[in-house]
Amino acid sequence: MTQPRTMLEISGLEKSFGDIEVLKSIDLKVQEGELVFVIGPSGSGKSTMLRCCNRLEEPTSGAIFIEGERITDIPRRDLDRMRLKVGMVFQGFHLYPHMSVLKNVMLAQIKALKRAKPEAEARALEMLDQVGLKHKADAMPAELSGGQQQRVAIARALALDPGVMLFDEPTSALDPELVGSVLKVMKDLRDKGMTMLVVSHEMQFAREAADRVIFMDGGYVVEQGTPEEIFGNPKSDRLKTFLSRVSHEDAGAEAD
Amino acid sequence: MRFIETFFNTKVMADYMPDLIHAMGVTLGLAVATIITGILCGAALACLRVAGLKLVNFCIIVFADIMRALPPLVLILILFFGMPSLGLNISGWMVVYIVLSLVLTAFSEEIFWGGLTAIPAGQWEAGRATGLSKAQTLFYIAFPQAARRGIPPLVNRVLATTKLTALGSVIGVKEILSVSSSAQSFSGSATPLTMAAIAYLIIFIPAVIASHKIERRYHFAT
Repeated sequence: MTQPRTMLEISGLEKSFGDIEVLKSIDLKVQEGELVFVIGPSGSGKSTMLRCCNRLEEPTSGAIFIEGERITDIPRRDLDRMRLKVGMVFQGFHLYPHMSVLKNVMLAQIKALKRAKPEAEARALEMLDQVGLKHKADAMPAELSGGQQQRVAIARALALDPGVMLFDEPTSALDPELVGSVLKVMKDLRDKGMTMLVVSHEMQFAREAADRVIFMDGGYVVEQGTPEEIFGNPKSDRLKTFLSRVSHEDAGAEAD
Repeated sequence: MRFIETFFNTKVMADYMPDLIHAMGVTLGLAVATIITGILCGAALACLRVAGLKLVNFCIIVFADIMRALPPLVLILILFFGMPSLGLNISGWMVVYIVLSLVLTAFSEEIFWGGLTAIPAGQWEAGRATGLSKAQTLFYIAFPQAARRGIPPLVNRVLATTKLTALGSVIGVKEILSVSSSAQSFSGSATPLTMAAIAYLIIFIPAVIASHKIERRYHFAT
């Protein structure tokens, strides 16, 4: 058996905004085909860490490797090429409102990946089919529900054949009844062997689908392990407090 | 009857019709040249401003503020009467074209820039995260949206600026107002001025209608 390839590695990552230290030393590895879930209270630096992985935020220090390539030193002019290897899905979808769904998924394929138009279109339709929205190819983003928009955003990222997908709270802006459709797409992706790093508050989904769960608090990785270990047998007090608070919120939401 | 005699004298109308039609061509030509130059230069400056070069941006802001603050007639007179002293003879048509283009450039730059600053950061991030360069993100994602947001104020400004072609009458450009007001002097009838008003309506009413169409076509829900 060959050793599984490390697709994403974060080592000693620090990030400060002015005087505020958001990430204080993050170490993290994601193996090929793994779905790694990052949980933690708001303000714990989860999103910042994710955004450092494609240098939407510039790390203050530390190193990040994508498929073995150290991306934290590459010059700015090579950033665009590097970003093609890392797909990103945002909380707010950020589809381009002036283009049809199909064009949204084709744009970067043509302009950044330099694919020929027919090939880009075929690939876009294939990806839209994968997220169950091929029939919406000619719709404008504003005509779609939030869940549909997010699935288009996933297709847009997938169409570039990234090695790693980053999800930044992909369901946080969605109405509860639309969350399931997005999670289903993510689950399908996992079954296809996509490597994913997911920041999310969907604890139930983490239990079902994650290979590993990382708990972040105060700019550190406090605890990590399998979902059973993290949810079933939390060790640190901070994780225990966090989990009890989250489950209270869930109970509160169900009582409404 | 006196009213019709004064403003709608058919004989006077027939006499000056050819001159006026020619003048309409001059006004239309000036207007179209001004619109194309002003909007293209304004868009270019707004995009240049995105690069964030301090000195360049300072110059653009100073230019836009001056051009928007000065009455265009002042610039027209300065250029028309001042330049010959420097040995540069610029025709009246060219002076009006240059000044109105500069004014429209300043206004459209501000409109496009305003639109660009209103584009949510997420749009830029989405573009950059998919491997598009800053220039590509500007060109394919941010600017098209900024331009759409800018269409209503831009249409207003284009109409306002092109109507200023009438200032050409002050420096003898043979556009609608100057031709009709000299016709009025020669004929002693107010009819040529009526013809001028009608000529302006013939040019600008379709422009106003077209602008409504453009606004509707590029309106999109955000």
